[in-house]
Amino acid sequence: MPEYPAKLQEYLDDFSFISTRDERVDYLIAIADEFEPVSAAIATKPYDEGHRVVGCESEAFVWAIERPDHTLDFHFDVLNPQGLSAMAMCAILDQSCSGAPLEQVAAIDGEVVFTFFGRDISMGKGRGLTELVNAVVYSAKQGLRH
Amino acid sequence: MSDISSRGYKNAAKLVSTEWVAAHLNDDNVRIVESNEDPLLYPSGHIPGAVEVDWVKDLNDPLRRDYLGKAGFESLAGRIGITPETTVVFYGDKSNWWATYALWVFELFDHTNAVIMDGGRLKWAEEGRELTRERPSIRATNYTAPERDDSQIRAFRDGVLQHTQSDGQLVDVRSPAEFSGEKLHMEGYPQEGAVRGGHIPGADNVPWSRAANEDGTFKTADELRAIYQEEIGLDPVAPTIAYCRIGERSSHTWFVLTNLLGFSDVRNYDGSWTEWGNSVGLPIER
Repeated sequence: MPEYPAKLQEYLDDFSFISTRDERVDYLIAIADEFEPVSAAIATKPYDEGHRVVGCESEAFVWAIERPDHTLDFHFDVLNPQGLSAMAMCAILDQSCSGAPLEQVAAIDGEVVFTFFGRDISMGKGRGLTELVNAVVYSAKQGLRH
Repeated sequence: MSDISSRGYKNAAKLVSTEWVAAHLNDDNVRIVESNEDPLLYPSGHIPGAVEVDWVKDLNDPLRRDYLGKAGFESLAGRIGITPETTVVFYGDKSNWWATYALWVFELFDHTNAVIMDGGRLKWAEEGRELTRERPSIRATNYTAPERDDSQIRAFRDGVLQHTQSDGQLVDVRSPAEFSGEKLHMEGYPQEGAVRGGHIPGADNVPWSRAANEDGTFKTADELRAIYQEEIGLDPVAPTIAYCRIGERSSHTWFVLTNLLGFSDVRNYDGSWTEWGNSVGLPIER
């Protein structure tokens, strides 16, 4: 298995020990509470549609800003005020992937969504969250090409 | 949005307003139930006193593709502390899509004393009403349910086939792209394994969300009649079957046709396209 960003691996390890739905939900809500939407210095509404995560019903947007060391800072917003799962996923990706080696970010498999949210998540929700991960991975792959 | 009573619904008693719910938070004869697609929403904040019914773990059989049986429903009803006399108020995310699904399942067990909070969770929250993370302490009840009755409001594959052969009314509530066969799934949703695209012969396409306003409330009866009766010509006294992908979106349309427009015989085909589009030999139109 390819090496993932250290913080992401930490989250994955944490979630692998979760045994009940309530524990999972409580942890995800706590993470969602840490979500910080993109600052006005990066983007203002209405956002450029090019940053929209296609397939995410919670209307998530993602921006990737290059750092001097050529890693990326990721910024997100979720327009649906009830898009709590999307906010949790954005917080995980922000904390895990911003500043992480691009090779590690580019190696992330969308399947991580199901480690965090469980297999009984709805098809639509699973797809939307996976597309969030894919958007970050895509940016990392683009960064590696430059 | 206007008062529910002024919108011309045939059975306006199946809808209650957020104001009504706020006034009945401590009513022992009322149980408020949140049912969402997103499993994080209820624990992150819900109407005070509300319990959660989860569409995956509470309403579906864990092994077979089917709903829970009599014993499972009795257990669920007992856990959420209701009796057959309790008015169950469902609300949830996505314009009450999942709330109407839960209500439909409850009605399979003849718990018809069930209503929808118009506008759902979003309207409650946007009105600045209280949400709490505190789970209510519920005194469990002993609920005796009848056997699940699939004969009145639920349709099965063979029945749908007969219905099409007699030119019965069918409403496909999926997106136009799913209806045409261009896509095998809802926009933004994954391919769920249907090997053929298209729709059941004779079906008309009215995406479920057309029945809802931007704020999640239901459109007025006149607006709904314009869609379902004038636009696609449904006859309210003729048997009608609604379907989508797995029967959840179509439960919303079932609710609209049955309760808001007063259609006399509407069934929800929960096998829907994931069954029809995979079945050998069944006719398909594109």
